[in-house]
Amino acid sequence: MAIKHLEEYRDPQIAQKIVERIKAASLKQIRLMEVCGTHTMSIFKSGIRQLLPETISLLSGPGCPVCITAQNEIDAFIALSRVEDVIIATFGDLIKVPGTDSSLQTERAGGRDIRIVYSTFDALEIAKKNPKKNVVFLGVGFETTAPTIAASILAAKEMNLGNYFVISAHKLVPPALVALMATREVNIDGFLLPGHVSVVIGTKAYQPFFKQYQTPCAIAGFEPLDILQAILILVEQIESGAPQLTNGYRRAVTFEGNVKAQKIMQDVFEIVDVKWRGIGTIPESGLKIRKEFAAFDAQKEFAIIVSESKEPKGCVCGEILTGIKNPTECPLYQKACTPMNPVGPCMVSSEGTCAAYYRYYSI
Amino acid sequence: MKIDKILLDHGSGGQMSHQLITDMVLPIFDNPMLAVLHDGAIFDIAKQRMAFSTDTYVVDPIFFPGGSIGKLAVNGTVNDLAMCGATPLYLSAGLIIEEGFSLTDLGKILQDMALAAEKANVKVVTGDTKVVPKGAVDKIFVNTSGIGLIPRQVDISSHRARPGDKVILSGSIADHGMTVLTQREGMIFDSPVISDTAPLNHMVTKMLAAHKDIHVLRDPTRGGVGTALNEIAGKSGVGIKIYEEKVPLKKEIAGICELLGFDPFYVANEGKLIAFVAPDYAEKVLAAIRADEFGQDACIIGEAIADNPGKVIMQTSIGGSRIVDMLTGEQLPRIC
Repeated sequence: MAIKHLEEYRDPQIAQKIVERIKAASLKQIRLMEVCGTHTMSIFKSGIRQLLPETISLLSGPGCPVCITAQNEIDAFIALSRVEDVIIATFGDLIKVPGTDSSLQTERAGGRDIRIVYSTFDALEIAKKNPKKNVVFLGVGFETTAPTIAASILAAKEMNLGNYFVISAHKLVPPALVALMATREVNIDGFLLPGHVSVVIGTKAYQPFFKQYQTPCAIAGFEPLDILQAILILVEQIESGAPQLTNGYRRAVTFEGNVKAQKIMQDVFEIVDVKWRGIGTIPESGLKIRKEFAAFDAQKEFAIIVSESKEPKGCVCGEILTGIKNPTECPLYQKACTPMNPVGPCMVSSEGTCAAYYRYYSI
Repeated sequence: MKIDKILLDHGSGGQMSHQLITDMVLPIFDNPMLAVLHDGAIFDIAKQRMAFSTDTYVVDPIFFPGGSIGKLAVNGTVNDLAMCGATPLYLSAGLIIEEGFSLTDLGKILQDMALAAEKANVKVVTGDTKVVPKGAVDKIFVNTSGIGLIPRQVDISSHRARPGDKVILSGSIADHGMTVLTQREGMIFDSPVISDTAPLNHMVTKMLAAHKDIHVLRDPTRGGVGTALNEIAGKSGVGIKIYEEKVPLKKEIAGICELLGFDPFYVANEGKLIAFVAPDYAEKVLAAIRADEFGQDACIIGEAIADNPGKVIMQTSIGGSRIVDMLTGEQLPRIC
């Protein structure tokens, strides 16, 4: 794997020039929402907020996959980890999220077999090496992770692996944009659309949303210059009153997106209504494993029943996820809720808005 | 949720580890030498200033590019002593070995320890070996303890940073942590990543020869540069300002961190030091570090300031600024 092309997107002189152009162009008070947790972190890490004029407020949206996972889903993961002979395979961020009465981290310390993996294919390996155990992969994330998880199910079928299962809690980004615009308290003047998700779904996936709401949209990459450039695009569109759906991440995102990944996703999953933390049920915003692949569906195999999931008392993660409140307006922030002892998921995930505020903003 | 069990986070070297030590260990072993929580204890015996330190190594994998658990165990304790300003002299070595462990691998680890001791000019003078049933430890764990002598007039402590002090870093960050992590996960990259494990005592000797009054020395191991700077800011009651573009970070390491969602400021180093030196002597000390084979990329990355006591503030490469907080628990790879 070759890794290059980082510095050119962090050039201080070019950054300065874009900031000057933003300042010159931005006259109205506007609220822009970044819909991706990686954008949130990049904005904080590079100190972009301090560079922008006071006319621009940046809101963080429901783009951290761990954060928007509903409490009953977290509780189901925890319940699955307690099933005999089950090995849980998961991406790292999830293990610290508090469920109603435990977390995967606490379960692991109590002796449950919970393993952090870097790819779904690591989970398949675990299943191959442990034929007497059942491996359950926790399928959390957006259109970025869903195709790889779908591919792992196809691979498991190909290999005749009878002990590999997925619990699908995937969510889709475009329906969430619709839900946000439909929320009355949320006044958003423009969206910074996620880079990785757009690589998969392409610019075309946002067209129905854009046609309906005519809100300025710019797809952005994750480097500081990508983000500044996308903010400039949005400011210019808002000031000129000419909203557009702009692809500001052309080196990675195409109009059609990754057609192969889309096909794999469609083959394995069907679209369903699902509940998002803080937002509630959004129509056609989730992915369920199709009947043809029921043999790999952990929900079918283990029939987990979660009695009553409770979201933590006093936690305003829901309002933070929709940009209605910012973390400093939460009564628990920095008091009862810290990264060491998180109450809500936005403080847990490395891409959560509260964690970003806590870590980078409290001067 | 109340925590009633040890979590892996308690071993991260960040805030959770710190809390475990201050809540559970310090009250029980309450004494002023321990309470400073330096890399080693400093005390007088027969009119000599001595430093005494211990560390345990559980690294997985036990062999990695640039070193092994054996090399790490010797360098780690040598460096803890060096960070007290001491000349390391004698080490002990305790081995806890899992039943069934390969004798060839054990031989390699011992050979690495001997080579590292020779390079650092210390002697392993006492030791202990235990074998436990399969599964009771993961392959092999190594403990080393060491003692060293501190020259007169040397007074190094995390409490001594003063506004105006320059912050010197002896080389690139995050090499060790990312090497071990990518090895453990079997990730292969075009450009090889290599652990920086190295003895720093000869470098410290050169620094002290250049200027006796170095205020603070720390080797940013677990928890990384971010956590070490926070501890210094807190103990000395100063603010620390660092400049992102000055901090040496290899391109390949930056890329891997980016890919996996790790912040290199919180990733472990095993052959780097941070020094706080009064501004008038900073260049001289920097030149001494650069004269050492492990300090050629050293540079001044920032300074201690009177504003924002206890906080570490970074000026980002695009001209913004942000807080560098202490690591709380383990860093975890992100989902997307």
